[in-house]
Amino acid sequence: MAYYGYDRRQNNPPTSLSRMILQFFHLDGSLLILISLLCGVGLLVLYSASGESVRIVNRQAMHLAAAYAGMLLLAQVSPQTLQRWSPWLFLLGLLALLAVLLFGEIGKGAQRWINLGFIRFQPSEMMKLAVPMMVAWYLSAFAMPPRSMRILMAMLLVLVPCVMIGMQPDLGTAILVGSAGFFVLFFAGMRLRLIAGLLVVAGTMVPVMWYFFMHAYQRQRVLTFLNPESDPLGSGYHIIQSKIAIGSGGLYGKGWLNGSQSQLDFLPESSTDFIFAVFGEEFGWFGVVMLLLLYLLVVIRGLMIAANSQDRYARMLAGSLSMTFFVYLVVNVGMVTGMLPVVGVPLPLVSYGGTSAVTLMLGFGILMSIQSDRRLLAR
Amino acid sequence: MARRDRIRDFSGEARVIRERAILAGLFCTVIIVVLLARLFLLQKVNHEHYLTLSTKNRVRLMAIAPTRGQIFDRNGVILAQNLPSYRLEITAEEVTSMEETLQQLQQYVSLSERDIKRFKKLNRRKRASEGVPVRFNMSDQEVARFSVHRHLFPGVEVVVRLNRSYPLKELAVHTVGYVGRINEREAKVLNRARYRSTTHTGKTGIEKYYENLLHGQVGFRQVEVNVQGRVVQELDKKAPLPGKNLYLTLNSGLQAAAEKALAGYSGAAAVVDVRTGEVLALVSKPTYDPNLFVNGISQKNYDLLRNNDERPLFNRSVSGQYPPGSTIKPMMGVIGLEEGVVSAHDRVFCSGVYRLPNEARRYRDWKRSGHGLVDLEQSIAQSCDVYFYDLALKLGIDRLSPFMQRFGFGHRTGIDVPGEASGIMPSRAWKKRHRKQSWYPGETIITGIGQGYMTATPLQLAVATSVIASKGRRVQPHLLMGSQDILGGEVKLSSSQLLTPLNDIKAQTWQAVIHSMESVMYAPRGTGRRSALNASYRIAGKTGTAQVYSLGQDEKYDAKTLAYKLRDHALFVAFAPIKNPKIALAVIAEHGGGGGSVAAPIARKILDYYLDERADSSAKEQ
Repeated sequence: MAYYGYDRRQNNPPTSLSRMILQFFHLDGSLLILISLLCGVGLLVLYSASGESVRIVNRQAMHLAAAYAGMLLLAQVSPQTLQRWSPWLFLLGLLALLAVLLFGEIGKGAQRWINLGFIRFQPSEMMKLAVPMMVAWYLSAFAMPPRSMRILMAMLLVLVPCVMIGMQPDLGTAILVGSAGFFVLFFAGMRLRLIAGLLVVAGTMVPVMWYFFMHAYQRQRVLTFLNPESDPLGSGYHIIQSKIAIGSGGLYGKGWLNGSQSQLDFLPESSTDFIFAVFGEEFGWFGVVMLLLLYLLVVIRGLMIAANSQDRYARMLAGSLSMTFFVYLVVNVGMVTGMLPVVGVPLPLVSYGGTSAVTLMLGFGILMSIQSDRRLLAR
Repeated sequence: MARRDRIRDFSGEARVIRERAILAGLFCTVIIVVLLARLFLLQKVNHEHYLTLSTKNRVRLMAIAPTRGQIFDRNGVILAQNLPSYRLEITAEEVTSMEETLQQLQQYVSLSERDIKRFKKLNRRKRASEGVPVRFNMSDQEVARFSVHRHLFPGVEVVVRLNRSYPLKELAVHTVGYVGRINEREAKVLNRARYRSTTHTGKTGIEKYYENLLHGQVGFRQVEVNVQGRVVQELDKKAPLPGKNLYLTLNSGLQAAAEKALAGYSGAAAVVDVRTGEVLALVSKPTYDPNLFVNGISQKNYDLLRNNDERPLFNRSVSGQYPPGSTIKPMMGVIGLEEGVVSAHDRVFCSGVYRLPNEARRYRDWKRSGHGLVDLEQSIAQSCDVYFYDLALKLGIDRLSPFMQRFGFGHRTGIDVPGEASGIMPSRAWKKRHRKQSWYPGETIITGIGQGYMTATPLQLAVATSVIASKGRRVQPHLLMGSQDILGGEVKLSSSQLLTPLNDIKAQTWQAVIHSMESVMYAPRGTGRRSALNASYRIAGKTGTAQVYSLGQDEKYDAKTLAYKLRDHALFVAFAPIKNPKIALAVIAEHGGGGGSVAAPIARKILDYYLDERADSSAKEQ
């Protein structure tokens, strides 16, 4: 049974040119199509959200092109190579995070950037990949499911970068990095009862976080999330406006380019974190159903790749990357619809911005590399 | 299970990952369903609510201020109008470099340090998408110069606003009043909806009194705006209704003549049409330029007006309360005759001094040597005080005061300008209420010559005089002649309102008193005789010299040694022509000295302007 997926591929040799090309470039066809659909939808919505700015759409297309290139490149790297890189990448990321805390550039009230002269980058973004790789690398050395000591060690590996990112402060990325690490443990077979217990502990940590680790603006965001009307022109404005935009869209939406809230600039950050509200306003509930199903399909395809993989490291990594992608989606849609506090997580592949698109696509590159890893069961 | 992790059970591991993947997939599906449910709640269940909010969000009602009505005199001479004024506005958002723009603008438009400072202050408070004025009242040349180079200045615009302007400047300023920016106190009182985009409101005079007529109805523009408040498109529009144009009863020529006649004095004059109650001129001196106030008076100018001892801002003609002095003697005569206390031929001996029985205090006549034996006519003509001391005492304050009030003393005339004072017609009750004292006979005596507690406004005196002129007929004095919806439209005339007349008074009484007033002007010893010389019409008048300062019992009045502030007020009331009287007036020259020597000549000039056919008669009675 374990060989099934592999065997099937062997038994059904490529029948078409496109399939041959895909296989040659170690690409997964269905994942590629789903991702490209999302990117296409993203550009369409962005055109509307940016006030029909061809310039912004062009720039985002450039971002996506770079992201695709990154994906293509990483797809050629075998999971084994990635495995070997993992600790070094993690170490590099950790040093970079330290550097950011010490001499990082400040943007929007938070230190996130590092300027190497030729390039400005966010080490926290890199950790979204490096942390799950590191945890998977660490756990893959031992049999599954991991023992408590290993779990503790793995959690330390997740927590250290998370706290450093949280200190920048960048709550959204900290959550994503944290969940990436956590999902590796989940796919490593960590017992569900233990996971449940851990969640309870995390729940009790919330008040501690509130009083000792959260910045005033983060607390404000949570408070505003609980009662957006309390500050309708301040922090509550984002949530109120995005709910108005989505709610006024109705079942069928106002139509592409016709969303008054976003077109008239009532919706803040309509091209970036709040682009989902534009989509909801213009395409309505039915459009939203289609979009979310598209996302779900991407995640399920990722989970299938994880399930079909024969390598322990690859499995854990693939599962974690797929679920991180999902967390992205849930946090963003949750915050835009007023279910979660505003933490600044973009809608994956749709929101304007190069950094998150590149990271996400690199993640998909890894997934594709894992999918196409034709090695027979090792060890 | 405890053992299992030690065994490299690959198929078991594959099973675990498969289980976990399915678990994760289910988890994701559930979460997606939850999200979709949440979205369904927003988009279907609460759709109406959010749709309403979204409409409110983008549709904004913008008020358009109505154009303020203009003010004309009775002949259509403009007293208050709206002039376009050009201002330069900069929209910060559209300007790349503010400093550079300001720098370059100075080549074409003069910008003072103050302009730039004020602009920067305003600019900080406004949204970047809103135009902020940097220069007001640009000259035509500046507008032209800038317009040629407009393309060099994106975001800089010439904006036309209507500015209230008073072309005749200080003429009739106290009556017309002025508008100014709405202040905080007014903002609380004014109807919020009606004044949504109105910046100015009437502060004094007609501008204030008829604010409701002048303001007009606010218009609306329903527009779609973006978050910066910038208009994207217009959805609906309701044009504002301009304010009514007002025609005043004032005759600006007469007004100018009266103001000129009073030149050099602080004082007031009121001229009313005897037949209609129309106020033809209402002068208060000194005056000021109302244009200074329209867009905010500078502190320096305001201090100059405020700290001026002569109080130019004070409207003396209706708010100034003066002792009327001898100008009330004709009314006293009417009362004496009507109450049967005296007859027209009864004589009183005037020795120059009057004394109450059993009292040491002497009440002096202005003429130390006395007037000898005088009857009513002589004592009015020569303004004998003793006669009226005696008359007042015979009448008693209880008969004197109510009768005087029938002439309008002690009550506001109800003229249509704000701030009218009532003057004082004292009585026992009045004294009890205000001074907490009982009435003394000596006070009755001096009330008989318009001194003591009694005060009256110039308008009250003119109105009381016109009551005599029309033999008891009383008309409501007023300033509004008519109103007009739009320029060139029909003028709706407001009718004259008749008040309860003094019709119980015998014709002979009026005859006698009017004759006495004629004697003032024409008798050889009449106190106003010099002012009637060569008049082409017959004048009935009465002089008055009101004491501001009480002399000691044996002191002698000497204007030269007395401080200006303590010198007598010069008063004069008159009507003309005697047959078919047209106008009645009152003139007061503060600290001017004698009524006959100072006030009467002023009145003559006013009467001449209106009645003398020989003089240039353009724009006279119409």
